[in-house]
Amino acid sequence: MTALLLRNGHLIDPAAGVDGPRDILLKDGKVAEIGPAGKLKPTNGTESLDATGLTVAPGLIDIHVHLREPGQGYKETIATGTAAAAAGGFTAVAAMPNTAPVNDSAEITRWMLAPERGAHVRVYPIAAATRGSKGESINDFAALKSAGAVAVTDDGHPILKDSVMRETLAAATRVGLSVIQHAEDTRMTQGASMNAGPTAFKLGLRGMPPEAESSLVERDIRLVTELRDARTHLHVAHTSTAAAMKAVRTARRNGLRVTCEVAPHHFLLTEEHVGFYNTNAKMNPPLRSAADRDAMIEGILDGIVDAIATDHAPHATHEKEVEFENAPNGITGLETALGLCLRWLHKEWKLPLGRVLSLLSAQPAALLGLKGRGTLAVGSFADVVVFDPKVEWIYRAKETRSKAHNTPFDGWTMQGKVRWTISEGRVAYASA
Amino acid sequence: MTAAAIAAPVRRQLHPPPVAPSPFPYNKGSLLSVQDLTLDAVSHLLARASALENMDPLVRDRILLKRRVALLFYESSTRTRTSFELAAKGLGADTTLISNLSSSIEKGETLKDTGLTLRALGAEAIILRHNSSGAAWLLEETTRLPVLNAGDGMHEHPTQALLDLRTVLAHMRPGIEAVAQDTLAGVTVTIVGDILHSRVARSNMLLLPRLGARVLLCGPPQFLPELATGAGPGISIERDFDVALQQSQVVMMLRIQAERLAGQQIDLEQYKASYQLTGQRLASHAPAALVMHPGPIIRGLELTAGVADGSQSVILEQVTNGVAIRMAVVERALMGTSTKAGHA
Repeated sequence: MTALLLRNGHLIDPAAGVDGPRDILLKDGKVAEIGPAGKLKPTNGTESLDATGLTVAPGLIDIHVHLREPGQGYKETIATGTAAAAAGGFTAVAAMPNTAPVNDSAEITRWMLAPERGAHVRVYPIAAATRGSKGESINDFAALKSAGAVAVTDDGHPILKDSVMRETLAAATRVGLSVIQHAEDTRMTQGASMNAGPTAFKLGLRGMPPEAESSLVERDIRLVTELRDARTHLHVAHTSTAAAMKAVRTARRNGLRVTCEVAPHHFLLTEEHVGFYNTNAKMNPPLRSAADRDAMIEGILDGIVDAIATDHAPHATHEKEVEFENAPNGITGLETALGLCLRWLHKEWKLPLGRVLSLLSAQPAALLGLKGRGTLAVGSFADVVVFDPKVEWIYRAKETRSKAHNTPFDGWTMQGKVRWTISEGRVAYASA
Repeated sequence: MTAAAIAAPVRRQLHPPPVAPSPFPYNKGSLLSVQDLTLDAVSHLLARASALENMDPLVRDRILLKRRVALLFYESSTRTRTSFELAAKGLGADTTLISNLSSSIEKGETLKDTGLTLRALGAEAIILRHNSSGAAWLLEETTRLPVLNAGDGMHEHPTQALLDLRTVLAHMRPGIEAVAQDTLAGVTVTIVGDILHSRVARSNMLLLPRLGARVLLCGPPQFLPELATGAGPGISIERDFDVALQQSQVVMMLRIQAERLAGQQIDLEQYKASYQLTGQRLASHAPAALVMHPGPIIRGLELTAGVADGSQSVILEQVTNGVAIRMAVVERALMGTSTKAGHA
């Protein structure tokens, strides 16, 4: 295999404790050698990339994306979704199982991982916790794990029955898988299309109360507590409310293995950004109040949040060009996450660059146990993002690599431009 | 507990991304919300309503002669549809009615495609009644035509608020057409009943306080959440109907919108005991108040037949005022706000 030398970049590898100028030699899909800047020389057949003035970091990892295959290729495919991932600096994405059919079998998990899917970066399937994500009978987690699944969830169809959730947590613990919950008590959100509150009232829309999220997080934490098994791992997907964040905070203080992720839209936007029925500001969980949004920022800054995950949820344009209450939930996020995190978390709210990058790589890798990812220590996968941290640029949805254009961040200023994304030693994306 | 109380203490001043200003309305002839109208624009519409109402029909007929106006109705309607149609025709426009029950909407055509089709057929303005909140915004964004919101879901019904204002002014401030911030100072308007599902309530509570009126909302928690007062300034809640009536110069009764209850159950006998406007209640607590209702009224439910037909009722005046107001609104849609000279 070819070798690739990244010369003279500024390496930030939080997991390895590196923050300084380095040369990096990638060989056979792995990190082969790291040396002081200017010290490693390309040998015959080694391609060389000049990273002078650029930041070199472990490839970003998004543990919450919807790639829509199998079954919904008109929205996105594994190929187009991972192309968008590469453009956004991501080298690994964890794909949610709400496909058609639902990924509740080893067969579908393997289908997603087949080379014919044309993935540009590494895909980690997350399998359904229950048959058809119907919340009734639990899948064969051991078989799913050996087929390549890294966690189980009924994302979008939260497990409401205590008995089923308890059994899911116990069964996942036995095989060493994490349980991810989309926390929403759907009995409280029937017919609702945005956050409950004065804005929803004013717009004449039915609201999803914050308690629909927090009460299920509290229920899940109670079930984890009752299991009394230190290996049990509950991960709260796309946390959006102050009350849910508080529940996670308390669980952690009590020594439970409860983690959470926050999406960029939940730490940046509020229900006010729905404006007059902008369907690109409609997602589930919905944009919340300013107090909730501020709690997400605080959770990130004070370290209770374990990962930034985008909940990349592509939809066809025609599906979003409808009445607000009829539009599907979700927005894209893979191409805007880094630019928004650098612009807001780092530049505006002064979170150190290393911590921003850790939330986008080292921590999510650790959270799902993705071995050899999230760091550029010698022997790790050659998953690298190289970006210019100083460049400000405007995101244009029409230039996306995704099939979908449903983003509220069209026209927003981004900080930091990806120059190269390298997936297991191959250049998966290079900016023009 | 509020979300703010649960949140970790904020350690620094956050300056999050601002909300971009609304691009609506795209077309200055549109009337999507009462909030699109300045008080000057409201005054102008009131003046034009009177002028057009008093004009020789054969002269009025030429104002929009052969202009094309489409009425796009996804919900049944008697008053709004007929008065918009009479208004447009009274100005000489050609109208066409498209309803969801006898059009390609039944075959699955989207609002966007129906709107674009009407535009291609030559429609110069679209009057839209729709069961989804925000539908008028979607239609305006996709067609860029003047869109007149004739009721969108639970959201707004701006021409109803304007005709209600005209009715209130005729009784409380006779002769006044140019409105200002204090025109309705000292006037309490109580809106009673199913506020949650009512677009009439929302448009009125957003418009009347801007003229100095105090809006009291009255109804059970099921139909009137506490956060309703956050919709705008000048809005408060009084759940005791009798107490509200005692303070009111105007009382607007609302129908329970059974079609929007979404599974909610309501005890009608208990509702009537608490919130039905009866002759006795009216005589005891508000013997001089105007009784209004946007229609359709359900006699014997939100109000008794005696009150509906009684001397304090201005329900049919509201209907009549609807034609005048909608003439002014349709004229504004097609003439543009800058061409008012020559028509006054």
